[in-house]
Amino acid sequence: MHLVFPAVLAALLFCVGLYGVLARRNAVLMLMSVELMLNAVNLNLVAFDVWLRDALHAGQALTLFTITVAAAEIGLGLAIVLLIFRHRGTADIDRVGRLADGDETAGDGGEQQARDDEKKAVR
Amino acid sequence: MNLAVTALDSTHGFLSPSGVEIVFVLVGLGVLGAALLTVTTKQLVHAALWLVVALGGLAVEYLLLTAEFIAWVQVLIYVGAVVVLVLFGLMLTRAPIGASPDADSGNRPLAFGVALAAAATLVTLVVDAFRSTWIDLGTVAGSTKANGVTLFRYWVLPFEALSVLLLAALVGAIVLSRRNANARDEKER
Repeated sequence: MHLVFPAVLAALLFCVGLYGVLARRNAVLMLMSVELMLNAVNLNLVAFDVWLRDALHAGQALTLFTITVAAAEIGLGLAIVLLIFRHRGTADIDRVGRLADGDETAGDGGEQQARDDEKKAVR
Repeated sequence: MNLAVTALDSTHGFLSPSGVEIVFVLVGLGVLGAALLTVTTKQLVHAALWLVVALGGLAVEYLLLTAEFIAWVQVLIYVGAVVVLVLFGLMLTRAPIGASPDADSGNRPLAFGVALAAAATLVTLVVDAFRSTWIDLGTVAGSTKANGVTLFRYWVLPFEALSVLLLAALVGAIVLSRRNANARDEKER
Protein backbone atom coordinates (compact mmCIF):
# COMPACT_ATOMS: atom_id res chain seq x y z
CA MET A 1 0.00 0.00 0.00
CA HIS A 2 1.17 3.52 -0.72
CA LEU A 3 2.27 5.20 2.51
CA VAL A 4 0.68 8.46 1.38
CA PHE A 5 -2.86 7.15 1.91
CA PRO A 6 -2.69 6.59 5.69
CA ALA A 7 -0.45 9.62 6.19
CA VAL A 8 -2.81 11.98 4.34
CA LEU A 9 -5.85 10.49 6.10
CA ALA A 10 -4.17 11.04 9.47
CA ALA A 11 -3.27 14.64 8.59
CA LEU A 12 -6.81 15.45 7.45
CA LEU A 13 -8.33 13.78 10.50
CA PHE A 14 -6.03 15.80 12.75
CA CYS A 15 -7.14 19.02 11.06
CA VAL A 16 -10.82 18.08 11.44
CA GLY A 17 -10.17 17.58 15.15
CA LEU A 18 -8.33 20.90 15.28
CA TYR A 19 -11.33 22.65 13.74
CA GLY A 20 -13.62 20.96 16.27
CA VAL A 21 -11.51 22.02 19.25
CA LEU A 22 -11.42 25.63 18.07
CA ALA A 23 -15.01 25.97 16.86
CA ARG A 24 -17.06 24.03 19.41
CA ARG A 25 -18.53 25.71 22.43
CA ASN A 26 -19.72 22.71 24.46
CA ALA A 27 -16.91 21.21 26.56
CA VAL A 28 -17.93 17.61 25.87
CA LEU A 29 -17.85 18.24 22.11
CA MET A 30 -14.36 19.70 22.50
CA LEU A 31 -13.24 16.50 24.25
CA MET A 32 -14.65 14.49 21.33
CA SER A 33 -12.58 16.57 18.90
CA VAL A 34 -9.49 15.91 21.01
CA GLU A 35 -10.24 12.20 20.66
CA LEU A 36 -10.28 12.62 16.87
CA MET A 37 -6.85 14.27 16.98
CA LEU A 38 -5.44 11.50 19.17
CA ASN A 39 -6.80 8.90 16.75
CA ALA A 40 -5.08 10.63 13.84
CA VAL A 41 -1.79 10.32 15.71
CA ASN A 42 -2.53 6.64 16.39
CA LEU A 43 -3.12 5.97 12.70
CA ASN A 44 0.22 7.60 11.89
CA LEU A 45 2.00 5.49 14.51
CA VAL A 46 0.51 2.25 13.21
CA ALA A 47 1.18 3.07 9.55
CA PHE A 48 4.82 3.96 10.17
CA ASP A 49 5.33 0.93 12.39
CA VAL A 50 4.00 -1.35 9.64
CA TRP A 51 6.12 0.45 7.05
CA LEU A 52 9.39 0.29 9.03
CA ARG A 53 8.81 -3.27 10.34
CA ASP A 54 10.24 -2.25 13.70
CA ALA A 55 11.62 -5.24 15.58
CA LEU A 56 10.32 -3.88 18.91
CA HIS A 57 6.93 -2.89 17.44
CA ALA A 58 7.51 0.52 19.00
CA GLY A 59 4.75 2.17 16.99
CA GLN A 60 2.09 -0.29 18.02
CA ALA A 61 3.20 -0.32 21.66
CA LEU A 62 3.05 3.48 21.66
CA THR A 63 -0.40 3.31 20.07
CA LEU A 64 -1.60 1.13 22.95
CA PHE A 65 -0.11 3.61 25.41
CA THR A 66 -1.77 6.53 23.61
CA ILE A 67 -5.13 4.77 23.75
CA THR A 68 -4.69 4.25 27.49
CA VAL A 69 -3.68 7.85 28.10
CA ALA A 70 -6.66 9.00 26.00
CA ALA A 71 -8.99 6.89 28.13
CA ALA A 72 -7.54 8.42 31.31
CA GLU A 73 -7.78 11.89 29.77
CA ILE A 74 -11.43 11.60 28.80
CA GLY A 75 -12.34 10.19 32.21
CA LEU A 76 -10.69 13.07 34.06
CA GLY A 77 -11.85 15.63 31.52
CA LEU A 78 -15.47 14.58 31.85
CA ALA A 79 -15.19 14.63 35.64
CA ILE A 80 -13.92 18.22 35.47
CA VAL A 81 -16.64 19.21 33.00
CA LEU A 82 -19.31 17.70 35.25
CA LEU A 83 -17.87 19.58 38.24
CA ILE A 84 -17.98 22.86 36.29
CA PHE A 85 -21.52 22.10 35.20
CA ARG A 86 -22.55 21.43 38.77
CA HIS A 87 -21.00 24.67 39.98
CA ARG A 88 -22.01 27.03 37.18
CA GLY A 89 -24.98 25.28 35.60
CA THR A 90 -23.41 25.36 32.13
CA ALA A 91 -20.90 23.42 30.04
CA ASP A 92 -20.27 26.32 27.66
CA ILE A 93 -16.57 27.10 27.38
CA ASP A 94 -17.26 30.72 26.47
CA ARG A 95 -19.20 31.28 29.67
CA VAL A 96 -16.60 29.77 31.98
CA GLY A 97 -14.10 32.57 31.79
CA ARG A 98 -13.00 32.67 35.39
CA LEU A 99 -11.37 29.85 37.31
CA ALA A 100 -12.27 31.27 40.72
CA ASP A 101 -14.06 28.69 42.78
CA GLY A 102 -16.94 30.30 44.59
CA ASP A 103 -15.86 33.93 44.74
CA GLU A 104 -17.80 35.19 41.78
CA THR A 105 -19.93 38.22 42.31
CA ALA A 106 -23.55 37.51 43.02
CA GLY A 107 -24.63 39.60 40.05
CA ASP A 108 -22.70 37.44 37.63
CA GLY A 109 -24.26 34.21 38.90
CA GLY A 110 -27.70 35.74 38.93
CA GLU A 111 -27.21 36.97 35.41
CA GLN A 112 -26.25 33.49 34.24
CA GLN A 113 -29.22 32.00 36.03
CA ALA A 114 -31.47 34.56 34.34
CA ARG A 115 -30.02 33.72 30.95
CA ASP A 116 -30.57 30.01 31.59
CA ASP A 117 -34.16 30.64 32.58
CA GLU A 118 -34.65 32.75 29.49
CA LYS A 119 -33.33 29.94 27.29
CA LYS A 120 -35.63 27.41 28.93
CA ALA A 121 -38.57 29.71 28.41
CA VAL A 122 -37.74 30.11 24.72
CA ARG A 123 -37.56 26.35 24.33
CA MET B 1 -2.25 2.48 -24.06
CA ASN B 2 1.48 2.54 -23.52
CA LEU B 3 0.96 4.25 -20.17
CA ALA B 4 -1.52 1.62 -19.07
CA VAL B 5 0.84 -1.18 -19.97
CA THR B 6 3.75 0.33 -18.05
CA ALA B 7 1.48 0.93 -15.07
CA LEU B 8 0.36 -2.67 -15.11
CA ASP B 9 3.93 -3.89 -15.44
CA SER B 10 5.20 -2.06 -12.38
CA THR B 11 4.20 -3.59 -9.07
CA HIS B 12 3.60 -0.19 -7.48
CA GLY B 13 1.75 2.68 -9.08
CA PHE B 14 -1.00 5.20 -8.66
CA LEU B 15 -2.65 4.01 -11.86
CA SER B 16 -3.00 0.42 -10.69
CA PRO B 17 -4.18 0.56 -7.10
CA SER B 18 -4.45 -2.74 -5.34
CA GLY B 19 -7.72 -3.90 -3.78
CA VAL B 20 -6.46 -3.05 -0.31
CA GLU B 21 -5.69 0.51 -1.38
CA ILE B 22 -9.15 0.98 -2.91
CA VAL B 23 -10.83 -0.29 0.26
CA PHE B 24 -8.53 1.86 2.38
CA VAL B 25 -9.43 5.01 0.45
CA LEU B 26 -13.16 4.26 0.52
CA VAL B 27 -13.18 3.58 4.27
CA GLY B 28 -10.97 6.62 4.77
CA LEU B 29 -13.50 8.82 2.97
CA GLY B 30 -16.19 7.42 5.25
CA VAL B 31 -14.05 8.15 8.33
CA LEU B 32 -13.38 11.71 7.18
CA GLY B 33 -17.06 12.33 6.45
CA ALA B 34 -18.10 10.98 9.84
CA ALA B 35 -15.42 13.09 11.55
CA LEU B 36 -16.60 16.21 9.71
CA LEU B 37 -20.19 15.51 10.78
CA THR B 38 -18.95 14.99 14.35
CA VAL B 39 -17.48 18.48 14.51
CA THR B 40 -20.22 20.27 12.54
CA THR B 41 -23.57 18.72 13.50
CA LYS B 42 -25.89 20.81 15.62
CA GLN B 43 -27.35 17.82 17.46
CA LEU B 44 -25.04 16.93 20.32
CA VAL B 45 -26.04 13.27 20.67
CA HIS B 46 -25.67 12.77 16.91
CA ALA B 47 -22.11 14.07 17.20
CA ALA B 48 -21.29 11.26 19.64
CA LEU B 49 -22.89 8.70 17.32
CA TRP B 50 -20.92 9.98 14.31
CA LEU B 51 -17.82 9.68 16.47
CA VAL B 52 -18.63 5.95 16.77
CA VAL B 53 -18.67 5.70 12.96
CA ALA B 54 -15.34 7.52 12.64
CA LEU B 55 -13.61 5.44 15.31
CA GLY B 56 -15.04 2.17 13.99
CA GLY B 57 -13.84 3.07 10.49
CA LEU B 58 -10.39 3.68 11.92
CA ALA B 59 -10.48 0.18 13.40
CA VAL B 60 -11.13 -1.13 9.87
CA GLU B 61 -8.15 0.90 8.65
CA TYR B 62 -5.96 -0.73 11.30
CA LEU B 63 -7.16 -4.13 10.11
CA LEU B 64 -6.25 -3.18 6.52
CA LEU B 65 -2.77 -2.20 7.77
CA THR B 66 -2.58 -5.74 9.30
CA ALA B 67 -2.49 -4.37 12.86
CA GLU B 68 -5.13 -6.75 14.20
CA PHE B 69 -4.54 -6.32 17.90
CA ILE B 70 -4.67 -2.50 17.74
CA ALA B 71 -7.88 -2.75 15.71
CA TRP B 72 -9.68 -4.79 18.35
CA VAL B 73 -8.30 -2.66 21.18
CA GLN B 74 -9.67 0.35 19.28
CA VAL B 75 -13.10 -1.27 19.07
CA LEU B 76 -13.05 -2.26 22.75
CA ILE B 77 -11.76 0.95 24.29
CA TYR B 78 -12.87 3.71 21.93
CA VAL B 79 -16.13 2.43 20.51
CA GLY B 80 -16.97 0.54 23.70
CA ALA B 81 -15.81 2.69 26.57
CA VAL B 82 -14.89 6.22 25.50
CA VAL B 83 -18.04 6.87 23.46
CA VAL B 84 -20.22 5.58 26.30
CA LEU B 85 -18.37 7.94 28.64
CA VAL B 86 -18.95 10.82 26.22
CA LEU B 87 -22.64 9.99 25.97
CA PHE B 88 -22.86 9.91 29.76
CA GLY B 89 -21.13 13.29 29.85
CA LEU B 90 -23.57 14.74 27.33
CA MET B 91 -26.56 13.47 29.26
CA LEU B 92 -25.25 14.51 32.68
CA THR B 93 -24.65 18.05 31.40
CA ARG B 94 -28.27 18.02 30.22
CA ALA B 95 -27.56 18.24 26.51
CA PRO B 96 -30.71 19.09 24.60
CA ILE B 97 -32.12 16.28 22.49
CA GLY B 98 -32.99 18.40 19.48
CA ALA B 99 -30.79 20.77 17.50
CA SER B 100 -28.97 23.30 19.65
CA PRO B 101 -28.15 26.47 17.72
CA ASP B 102 -25.35 27.52 20.09
CA ALA B 103 -23.20 24.43 19.60
CA ASP B 104 -20.56 26.43 17.71
CA SER B 105 -18.80 29.41 19.22
CA GLY B 106 -18.24 32.74 17.55
CA ASN B 107 -14.72 32.06 16.33
CA ARG B 108 -15.89 29.51 13.78
CA PRO B 109 -14.46 31.27 10.68
CA LEU B 110 -11.11 31.64 12.42
CA ALA B 111 -11.13 27.94 13.35
CA PHE B 112 -11.98 27.06 9.74
CA GLY B 113 -9.08 29.15 8.48
CA VAL B 114 -6.60 27.65 10.94
CA ALA B 115 -7.73 24.09 10.15
CA LEU B 116 -7.60 24.72 6.39
CA ALA B 117 -4.10 26.21 6.61
CA ALA B 118 -2.89 23.31 8.77
CA ALA B 119 -4.44 20.77 6.41
CA ALA B 120 -2.87 22.37 3.32
CA THR B 121 0.56 22.52 4.97
CA LEU B 122 0.48 19.00 6.35
CA VAL B 123 -0.90 17.33 3.22
CA THR B 124 1.60 19.12 0.98
CA LEU B 125 4.46 18.15 3.27
CA VAL B 126 3.37 14.52 3.67
CA VAL B 127 2.71 13.95 -0.03
CA ASP B 128 6.04 15.50 -0.92
CA ALA B 129 7.92 13.45 1.66
CA PHE B 130 6.39 10.03 1.03
CA ARG B 131 5.62 10.22 -2.69
CA SER B 132 7.52 7.06 -3.54
CA THR B 133 7.18 5.03 -0.37
CA TRP B 134 5.22 1.81 -0.23
CA ILE B 135 4.20 -0.33 2.70
CA ASP B 136 4.79 -4.04 2.27
CA LEU B 137 1.67 -5.73 3.59
CA GLY B 138 2.84 -9.24 2.73
CA THR B 139 3.23 -10.44 6.31
CA VAL B 140 1.05 -9.60 9.29
CA ALA B 141 2.76 -6.88 11.30
CA GLY B 142 0.58 -6.64 14.38
CA SER B 143 -0.66 -10.04 15.40
CA THR B 144 -1.68 -10.48 19.02
CA LYS B 145 1.24 -12.81 19.67
CA ALA B 146 3.88 -10.43 18.31
CA ASN B 147 2.37 -7.49 20.19
CA GLY B 148 2.13 -9.43 23.43
CA VAL B 149 5.71 -10.66 23.23
CA THR B 150 7.16 -7.21 22.57
CA LEU B 151 4.87 -5.53 25.09
CA PHE B 152 5.80 -7.80 27.97
CA ARG B 153 9.43 -8.32 27.00
CA TYR B 154 10.62 -4.84 26.02
CA TRP B 155 7.89 -2.45 27.16
CA VAL B 156 7.16 -3.75 30.66
CA LEU B 157 8.27 -0.66 32.57
CA PRO B 158 6.16 1.84 30.54
CA PHE B 159 3.28 -0.63 30.77
CA GLU B 160 3.45 -0.68 34.56
CA ALA B 161 3.85 3.09 34.72
CA LEU B 162 0.70 3.37 32.61
CA SER B 163 -1.23 1.18 35.02
CA VAL B 164 -0.24 3.56 37.83
CA LEU B 165 -1.38 6.48 35.63
CA LEU B 166 -4.73 4.79 35.03
CA LEU B 167 -5.15 4.21 38.76
CA ALA B 168 -4.35 7.86 39.47
CA ALA B 169 -6.85 8.98 36.82
CA LEU B 170 -9.49 6.67 38.30
CA VAL B 171 -8.95 8.00 41.82
CA GLY B 172 -8.90 11.57 40.52
CA ALA B 173 -12.15 11.14 38.62
CA ILE B 174 -13.85 9.65 41.66
CA VAL B 175 -12.59 12.41 43.95
CA LEU B 176 -13.67 15.12 41.49
CA SER B 177 -17.16 13.76 40.94
CA ARG B 178 -18.03 12.87 44.52
CA ARG B 179 -21.10 14.89 45.33
CA ASN B 180 -20.71 15.29 49.08
CA ALA B 181 -17.16 16.63 48.80
CA ASN B 182 -18.57 20.07 48.00
CA ALA B 183 -21.00 20.02 50.90
CA ARG B 184 -18.25 19.11 53.36
CA ASP B 185 -16.01 21.89 52.01
CA GLU B 186 -18.74 24.44 52.47
CA LYS B 187 -19.41 23.22 55.99
CA GLU B 188 -15.74 23.66 56.88
CA ARG B 189 -15.79 27.14 55.43
